Amino acid sequence: MPLSRREFLQVGLAGATGLALLRYCRLAAAGTAAKPEPSVQWLTARQVEVFGALWPAILADAVTLDAEARAVAGQEIIESIDRALAGLTPAVQQEVQDLLGLLTFGLTKRFVAGISGDWRDASDVDVKAFLERWRNSRFETLQQAYQALVRLTIACWYANPRAWQAIAYPGPPHAAELGAL
Amino acid sequence: MTGSTIRDPIRIARDDPARNWHVLDGSQPGKDLRIDCDVVIVGSGAGGGISAEVLVRAGLRVVMIEEGPFKSSSDFRMREREAYPQLYQESAGRQTRDKGITILQGRNVGGSTTVNWTSSFRTPEATLAYWVKEFGLDEYATDRLAPWFEHVEARLGIERWPQHPNANNDVLRRGCEKLGIASNAMKRNVRGCWNLGYCGMGCPTNAKQSMLVTTIPAALDGGMTLLHSTRVERIAHRFDRATSLSARGMIGVAAEGRRFSIRAKHFVLAGGAINNPGLMLRSQFPDPYERLGKRTFLHPSTVSAALFPEEINGYAGAPQTVYSDHFLGIAPIDGPVGFKLEAPPIHPVLAGITLQGFGHDHAAWMKRLPNLQVLIALLRDGFHTGSPGGRVAIRNDGSPVLDYPLSDFLWEGARRSLLAMAEIQFAAGARQVMPLHEDAVPCRSWPEAKKLIEGLPMAILRTRLASAHVMGGCGMGTDPRHAVIAGDGRHHQFDNVWVFDGSAFPTSIGANPQVSIYAMATRNATQLADQMTGKPRQAVA
Repeated sequence: MPLSRREFLQVGLAGATGLALLRYCRLAAAGTAAKPEPSVQWLTARQVEVFGALWPAILADAVTLDAEARAVAGQEIIESIDRALAGLTPAVQQEVQDLLGLLTFGLTKRFVAGISGDWRDASDVDVKAFLERWRNSRFETLQQAYQALVRLTIACWYANPRAWQAIAYPGPPHAAELGAL
Repeated sequence: MTGSTIRDPIRIARDDPARNWHVLDGSQPGKDLRIDCDVVIVGSGAGGGISAEVLVRAGLRVVMIEEGPFKSSSDFRMREREAYPQLYQESAGRQTRDKGITILQGRNVGGSTTVNWTSSFRTPEATLAYWVKEFGLDEYATDRLAPWFEHVEARLGIERWPQHPNANNDVLRRGCEKLGIASNAMKRNVRGCWNLGYCGMGCPTNAKQSMLVTTIPAALDGGMTLLHSTRVERIAHRFDRATSLSARGMIGVAAEGRRFSIRAKHFVLAGGAINNPGLMLRSQFPDPYERLGKRTFLHPSTVSAALFPEEINGYAGAPQTVYSDHFLGIAPIDGPVGFKLEAPPIHPVLAGITLQGFGHDHAAWMKRLPNLQVLIALLRDGFHTGSPGGRVAIRNDGSPVLDYPLSDFLWEGARRSLLAMAEIQFAAGARQVMPLHEDAVPCRSWPEAKKLIEGLPMAILRTRLASAHVMGGCGMGTDPRHAVIAGDGRHHQFDNVWVFDGSAFPTSIGANPQVSIYAMATRNATQLADQMTGKPRQAVA
């Protein structure tokens, strides 16, 4: 962790002041963000970059496709994450926005997430180290954030029929008869 | 996409002018509406659904309100990506406030009965005896509830599952047998089940006798009005009576649609054990002894994964057919916490988000999906001072949230349950067992697993916990100082507010709760109907 406990508490992530700060940071970040891709409705372009960096580390060899198919899968994962977030309750959406604010605002990205450059330039090693740090952080909030990011990504991949061949899942039974194709 | 060859009786009836169903979709545009009725029921799950039929048959004018959509078999395509967002609270991602426990709860016409795994148990005798002794609920003695259990079992086709358990459940049977522990075959609420294994995504063949295909269509045929995709915001009250209810249509994830105002003689709350206390808190119900939202129980469940040399195919076949109550019976109910052992269905998303870790290690387990076997242990919470349950509160936006801290008392049981499951899985022939815990690694033998589990830190967000049974929060009891409602379901401070669902339970059940809810709600709704119609008490049909 680049932050000491004292410094971390000063950032005040868990407190109301901290959340207000992060909301401000998010607005500041959003203000300078590039225009989002047309395929997403909820995520900003900057937030897409976060998930774009996270999914290859989270899914690793679960996505056993050639480069071209992998690119398509990556796009589908982002779109699926976007739809999932759009369907969350407003209270949970706000929590996700706070988290994504933390991950995209320069100072917190660097000192809380430990990612110094842009997410799109982060190496697989950097992203895995970030995930492990948060997974085993002594701060409950960061453990929660790790689990949210990982579960969201994993759910959005394994919901996709493209994922099923690699795990030998045959898909729904009697699909033709039951209108499930 | 081709259509199902299975007849969808719900869609047919909705489209049939002769049936004259009164169904209103709150998400559709329309003018604001005011409705008067005898009874308004909030929620369409086990409690609301079964009560609706009773009240309509008594000749009462009933309005039922459901926050979720009205879906039926032709919509149920056995796909997790469609089912979870459509049919579950918070897209099946509802969690306790600290995110330590993931909660599966239905949100659709039929509630959790549309998506449950059909496991059917009468309320255990030990639980009822505890209610009589601790909460003065004499009318919940086993012999007094027995006719109501018989009634609902007949109504919903509840019978012992006659087919062989799928391999995932058979591991539980086999492992218990090897260790000399009792296990049993489950009862299920199905008629003509295809043994597919997709109960959790809505039954595509209408075999599951959920509220969606049984009591709700019966109530609609009897003239009930169903208002779906509509959230109840508040109940207005004056002195000792509720007067009206305000609701709004759901537009996407927010209740921003048309407004409904419902005036009723009686208000039946059946929105589940998180939403019911939430609604009462939002409505500022009197709560002189500060009981509202307290004592909310979850059957917090630990999970143990195993790899078998043979194929398990845990996604195929009736999801739950074998259980063991051995660990509920070895200590008194108010002693060290007991747990019920079951096996869950194993589908890609559910398995993926439950297995710990990420990257290569996670993918390696997912690639063995056909060989993956899973057991769950449901902790029987609420019978000991070390297990006072959680507390429902409302957020600034009025939405309910559950705080559920785990005590050392429950963690001790969680550790014991992980040990018990690992031993059973190895006894049944597992090659590897992995307790679901952030700090756990796969183990290749029972001694190795025992050593690992004994050293694991039992802590929130480290130990994987899930719940599909939310109970309590408006607990019943004869003494208003200790309970929100009385044994007949009536609110202690209101003459015309009733709670007919799992939120009425003063403890957890110690078994999958749907049949407990059906029996309690049927009796209490029958008594309410008799009171309203001035009829002598009806015999059980």
